Amino acid sequence: MSEKPKFAMYWAASCGGCEIAVLNIDEKILDVDANFEVVFWPVAMDAKYKDLEAMEDGSILLTLFNGGIRNDENEYLAKLLRRKSKILVAFGSCACEGCVPGLANLSPAEEIITTAFHTVSTDNPNGVHPQPTYKAPEGELHIPRLLPVLKTLDQVVEVDYYMPGCPPESHQIAAVIDLVIQVLQGKAELPPKGTVIGAGISTVCDECPRKRNVKTIKSFTRIFGQPLDPELCLLEQGIPCNGIATRSGCGARCPSAGAQCIGCYGPAEGVLDYGARLITAYASVVDANEPDEIERILDGIPDLVGQFYRFNLAGSLLKAGQTAWKPNGGNGR
Amino acid sequence: MTGGNGQKPVEERIGVYVCHCGSNIAGMVDVQEVAEWAASRLKHRGVVIGRDYKFMCSSLGQELIEKDIKELGLTRVVVAACSPHLHEKTFRTACERAGLNPYLCELVSIREQVSWVHTDRVAATSKAKAIVSGGVERVIYHAPLQPLRVPIHPATLVVGGGIAGIQAALEIANAGYPVYLVEREPSIGGHMAQFDKTFPTLDCAACILTPRMVEAGTHPNITLLTWSNVEKVEGYVGNFTVTIRKKARKVNTDLCTGCGICQEKCPKKVIDEVYEAGLGYRKAIYTPFAQAVPKYPVIDVENCIYFEKGTCKACEKFCPTNAIDFKQEDELLTVQVGNIILATGYDIFDARKISNYGYGRLANVFTSLEMERMCNAAGPTNGQIVLRDGKTVPKAVGIIHCVGSRDRNYNNYCSVICCMQSLKFAHLVHERTGAVVYNFYIDMRTPFKDYDEFYQRILEEGTLFVRGKVAEVTDAARLPGEEGKLIIQAEDTLAGKQRRIPVDMVILSVGLEPRRDAKEVAKLFGISCSANGWFTERHPKLDPVATMTEGIFIAGCAQGPKDIPASVAQGAAAAARVLGKIQQREIELEPVRASVNQAQCSGCRICNGLCPFNAIAFHEDRMVSEINPALCQGCGTCVAACPAGAISGTGFSNEQILAQIDGLLLLNIGEEAIA
Repeated sequence: MSEKPKFAMYWAASCGGCEIAVLNIDEKILDVDANFEVVFWPVAMDAKYKDLEAMEDGSILLTLFNGGIRNDENEYLAKLLRRKSKILVAFGSCACEGCVPGLANLSPAEEIITTAFHTVSTDNPNGVHPQPTYKAPEGELHIPRLLPVLKTLDQVVEVDYYMPGCPPESHQIAAVIDLVIQVLQGKAELPPKGTVIGAGISTVCDECPRKRNVKTIKSFTRIFGQPLDPELCLLEQGIPCNGIATRSGCGARCPSAGAQCIGCYGPAEGVLDYGARLITAYASVVDANEPDEIERILDGIPDLVGQFYRFNLAGSLLKAGQTAWKPNGGNGR
Repeated sequence: MTGGNGQKPVEERIGVYVCHCGSNIAGMVDVQEVAEWAASRLKHRGVVIGRDYKFMCSSLGQELIEKDIKELGLTRVVVAACSPHLHEKTFRTACERAGLNPYLCELVSIREQVSWVHTDRVAATSKAKAIVSGGVERVIYHAPLQPLRVPIHPATLVVGGGIAGIQAALEIANAGYPVYLVEREPSIGGHMAQFDKTFPTLDCAACILTPRMVEAGTHPNITLLTWSNVEKVEGYVGNFTVTIRKKARKVNTDLCTGCGICQEKCPKKVIDEVYEAGLGYRKAIYTPFAQAVPKYPVIDVENCIYFEKGTCKACEKFCPTNAIDFKQEDELLTVQVGNIILATGYDIFDARKISNYGYGRLANVFTSLEMERMCNAAGPTNGQIVLRDGKTVPKAVGIIHCVGSRDRNYNNYCSVICCMQSLKFAHLVHERTGAVVYNFYIDMRTPFKDYDEFYQRILEEGTLFVRGKVAEVTDAARLPGEEGKLIIQAEDTLAGKQRRIPVDMVILSVGLEPRRDAKEVAKLFGISCSANGWFTERHPKLDPVATMTEGIFIAGCAQGPKDIPASVAQGAAAAARVLGKIQQREIELEPVRASVNQAQCSGCRICNGLCPFNAIAFHEDRMVSEINPALCQGCGTCVAACPAGAISGTGFSNEQILAQIDGLLLLNIGEEAIA
């Protein structure tokens, strides 16, 4: 057993969907077990941080890290796993680009707690407010502290590979596991460090079966309420579909099913800032010249941050709450 | 994910050259310090030499660069001097002479962007360093490029058939090359055809203009397209494709002899707002004036009784050659041209805007254009200068200069021609009516050949001059002798008092304004307008008839107010520029082009409709878009729009721009270097 390469998976600020997606590879999970020794995977098995701390640095071959870095516990584990792992994969949208938890970067951390504990939607008759430390009869208890903003994994530690998706598609996970096993058997080579794996380099449109024409948009609308042409590009029908800027790899599942792409596979290979790209693209094809008319058309997109940065805010150039550059060059690159 | 560029390991040998530009830069930037700083602090980024020099653009300055390229083996050059507009070509050529690809040279502006806009020498020097640093980071990513060569189509489009456009068309046609002369009115001639006399010689406008009009109309190399509008312009210098709408004249020009019977018999009289400036009438089928070129009339469909009620057809009945064709439709022509000259002229200032001068309210207040028509022997009054009643000869006339010009409420600029025009009117009124003439002026501007002599002559003729701005023209009499008169209230700044001068007639010397549609026209042809709306020349002094768009030239008042000799000179100058291009047979184009990374393109078709030059083709079979480099002008529209980031512009790649930003922020050296 102990000669098998070691595997770990960890869950930071995320929903747990990535773990489900890993289990969704069905019998392929047996290959994981056959080829790896799973040493740390809190969702699947009992493991203690002290066991991990005790491991030799670099002793884990492959760690899939999902979730963003929201609190000091996430940060500690990210650094610890980085130290212990040969290959660290930012697994899923949260680790790669912040995802939905990253939208909280629009609000200060204290405001997030206040909203969660002290607004009308919360039943909190005793006015409980979480404290990082609490003196209980058994001794002092600690809970993790929120960081000022959610960071992506590579804003905290060096990352070897990125695997996008919310969650990554199971067939892509299976293919990546296959690849790693082939590498172990000397039948394949690892891609260059920094590569986005388990996805394409083009956009969702590449995989989308819908017909498309030269684009002009006269109004934006939503998928309910009116009949849509089942074969025509959604964006041409005024549905703000983000497939045009989103990395391919999912198989265009949403637009194929009649729902617009919301961008969970993150920016396409050539895209530096996902939201900025989408905004310029949309603006380029809005078919109006009068300012009022342009305004009216753009009002059809009610939630701009949600539309353009739903998955990407923390990983975007905006980052939120973080200065765009530091004079000493330590800007996370 | 990792968005940034990551610093490329530097293998380049970069030379940095900082120009003093006399005291233009050196007066505000410590240029020597910038050069030394670049050589020491950017050494690890490949900078092997940093020099400053009094005038980098001089032959000696250029030789300095050439020598370093050869002796130090430079592979990249950064020149910190003026705007690339001015000297990019100079330094690129210098590099080329020394055997370095010219596109491996980067010119960064520390004059327009630094010394001219700052007042703090220390801060300006720091900023100059940052800009140099940005240039150094950027130039690392430059690639050697080869210019593209394209043939020049020998035909030229001239838009606007006024004197400037006619002159340009004739110059080119006489040199043996084809010209399309497009005019939106039924006849060429422009404003000059409306005038009676021209200053300062007082020769008859029609007598000198109509021979040119006839020559343009009959020239074998000129295709005259009147009653026509340019609808679409595609392509680029050397190869424009222009779509022209030939509006339906409703007259078959193959049959029409221009006999004029139709105009005589047409029962519908229409006030002629264009040619007669509202002072006279024309018919619903008309040529604007007797000497119109071409001679063929047009039917004004909006006013024609047949088109309104379905009956009449008087013109058709009486036409001896059956040339009337009510069913004639607009025609769309597509022509290929290599160059375009815009000579679209001007509109006059709407005098109604200055309500205190009473135009449109007080009958006997006239505009200068109305006055031109009134003086014209072929005009509505047969050259009689009379009041609005058509018969009373005025005994006293006031001429007001600068109406709508040099006035911060309307137009700040001087309209150039109004002083001389007003002096001309003073002479004509004096000569034809014997009336007392008062000229109200702010400053008398008579700067060109024989102009001031003309002013002296008018002074000697006894015209009275009041220096001061007119406050008001009113018919409200307050003093004896003012009843039934128009009273001009003005400050006489020479006498230092207010004057009330009763007159019978007031002439407003209205200023010139850009055409109402100048902005749309500029957009159509891809050129720009000044804040006032005049077309912008490439250089105000050294390139007054070219524009920033290669192959598009401007002439006449479209560029700014000017008189007839200046308009003619510009028409000829624009023609000379075009002929120079035609003679070259082919032209070198900047190799700044966009290209699509085919692997990253998903064929979403966002870019397809955006290209102003129609350079993007969509391949249905492979579902990708591709850019034709011969059509692409490197404008960058598609680069910005591509949601996949699959389109890149040569010279403006993401790597280049991000590297330049890193350099500007001094991320390449570290915090302490900013000081």
